[in-house]
Amino acid sequence: MGINQDSSDIIVVSALVKKFKAFTAVDNISFEVKRGEIFAFLGPNGAGKTTTISMLTTLLQPTSGNITLNGSNPVQDKDGVRKSFGIVFQDPSLDDDMTALENMQYHAILYKVPKDIRDKRIEELLRFVELWDRKKDMVKTFSGGMKRRLEVARGLLHHPRILFLDEPTLGLDPQTRNHIWNYIKDINKKENMTVFFTTHYMDEAERVADRIAIIDHGKIISIGTPGDLKNQTKTNSLEEAFLAITGNVIREEEASGVDQLRAMGRMWRRKR
Amino acid sequence: MSTVYILWLRQIKKYFRSRSRIVGALGQPLLFLVAFGFGFGSIFQRAGGGDYIQFLAPGIIMMSVLFTAVFSGIDLIWDRQFGFLKETMVAPVSRLEIMIGKTLGGATVAAFQGLLVFVLTLFVGFRPYNLLMLPVAVLFIFLVAILFTSLGIAVASKLEDMQGFQLIMNFLVMPIFFLSGAIFPLEGLPKAMEIITNLDPLTYGIDGLRHSLINTGKFGLATDLVVIGSITAVLLVIGSYFFERIQA
Repeated sequence: MGINQDSSDIIVVSALVKKFKAFTAVDNISFEVKRGEIFAFLGPNGAGKTTTISMLTTLLQPTSGNITLNGSNPVQDKDGVRKSFGIVFQDPSLDDDMTALENMQYHAILYKVPKDIRDKRIEELLRFVELWDRKKDMVKTFSGGMKRRLEVARGLLHHPRILFLDEPTLGLDPQTRNHIWNYIKDINKKENMTVFFTTHYMDEAERVADRIAIIDHGKIISIGTPGDLKNQTKTNSLEEAFLAITGNVIREEEASGVDQLRAMGRMWRRKR
Repeated sequence: MSTVYILWLRQIKKYFRSRSRIVGALGQPLLFLVAFGFGFGSIFQRAGGGDYIQFLAPGIIMMSVLFTAVFSGIDLIWDRQFGFLKETMVAPVSRLEIMIGKTLGGATVAAFQGLLVFVLTLFVGFRPYNLLMLPVAVLFIFLVAILFTSLGIAVASKLEDMQGFQLIMNFLVMPIFFLSGAIFPLEGLPKAMEIITNLDPLTYGIDGLRHSLINTGKFGLATDLVVIGSITAVLLVIGSYFFERIQA
């Protein structure tokens, strides 16, 4: 436990930095997320959203700074942290050549969900995301929306205290987006589960998030409730607020930080 | 333990579901058996080498173990490309357990494929000298399977995508096969060639299999077992080392 950590904060990040050689993907950010809160991370392409999530979820080693997640440190106590969160990655992470049920069972065993409640919990969640009828079908026969729902169900399987969602609704139609958010909000209320998500959809953030952090060029440039952000920029919608804060310049795909970061990462790994 | 089991089970399930792959993977060994076996058979016999099919069969069995094992290990790249590796890597389980599960799964599949080819060799006239030695043969097949699955995992941990695949095929897997004494006897080789074959781990796997199936060989069962056992141990350590450093 940190010294000046408020016990109501489930995520505490201080002075976090991630560099890939000369490129600084995350530049000295600090923030807290309260227990039970729905927290949105907004930012243009390549702002450092996914890199931050990767560090919070033990997939990337920070260059410097400190993270506490549900009382554990992702660098020192990886397994302690891993037990406490569920995650839906930006890119699909299901095994297409296994059935929905097998994907769930694989997860349940890796997370040591006790045998006696395993099947019940899987059924409950598959029914919840309306995939129970398709449980014996190979995931490769699923649509994008169905895969997303399955990933959400899988992320919830081990009763995580925090659910990370990295652009969970990207490329989905409004109906499916709505659907997915209803499940998540439901569980957030029922189990006081904290939700940390990134998105490009302003309306989504405005509607769902309790608080929003706007990140650009690796720095947090604004943080507060959707109302705060609008007041601060004297705008009427979050979209306008977002543009007022991050500017109108389009981030070209070739300059996208994620690509750049991956290329850097590749180079860096090769040279080592 | 349950982690090792579920990773193993996943490999097994996926293998048995892809029947066309199993059958497809029998094509090459069959071709080699027929083309080499019957093509070189009479020359081999005239040169005093005896029945070439008897000599060749253990080599071809190990060839299919080698190929299947390396590719089971390299499977890891697909898991990474399709994102499934991340799901495994954020789970609260030790990297070593993941590595062991993956290795055992890949090795089981490769050993099974090797046994299928063994059955195939019986059809082209191969006859083991003593069925009581079969367990020893299976032991060698499984050890070689573990060895090359770990090698595949070690290589895959260092590769970002499938682009290095041809490289691995031409500069790793093929040389290991062709320079192992799978298709030619190890006696009377030029000095340089002898050194190379002695450095190839597959040489000892095939030699061990020849000892247990046709009762001939160069190094002796004990030597083969010690060499294969130690290289397997070393590769398991190397594979785990690289695997633990994957940042998904």
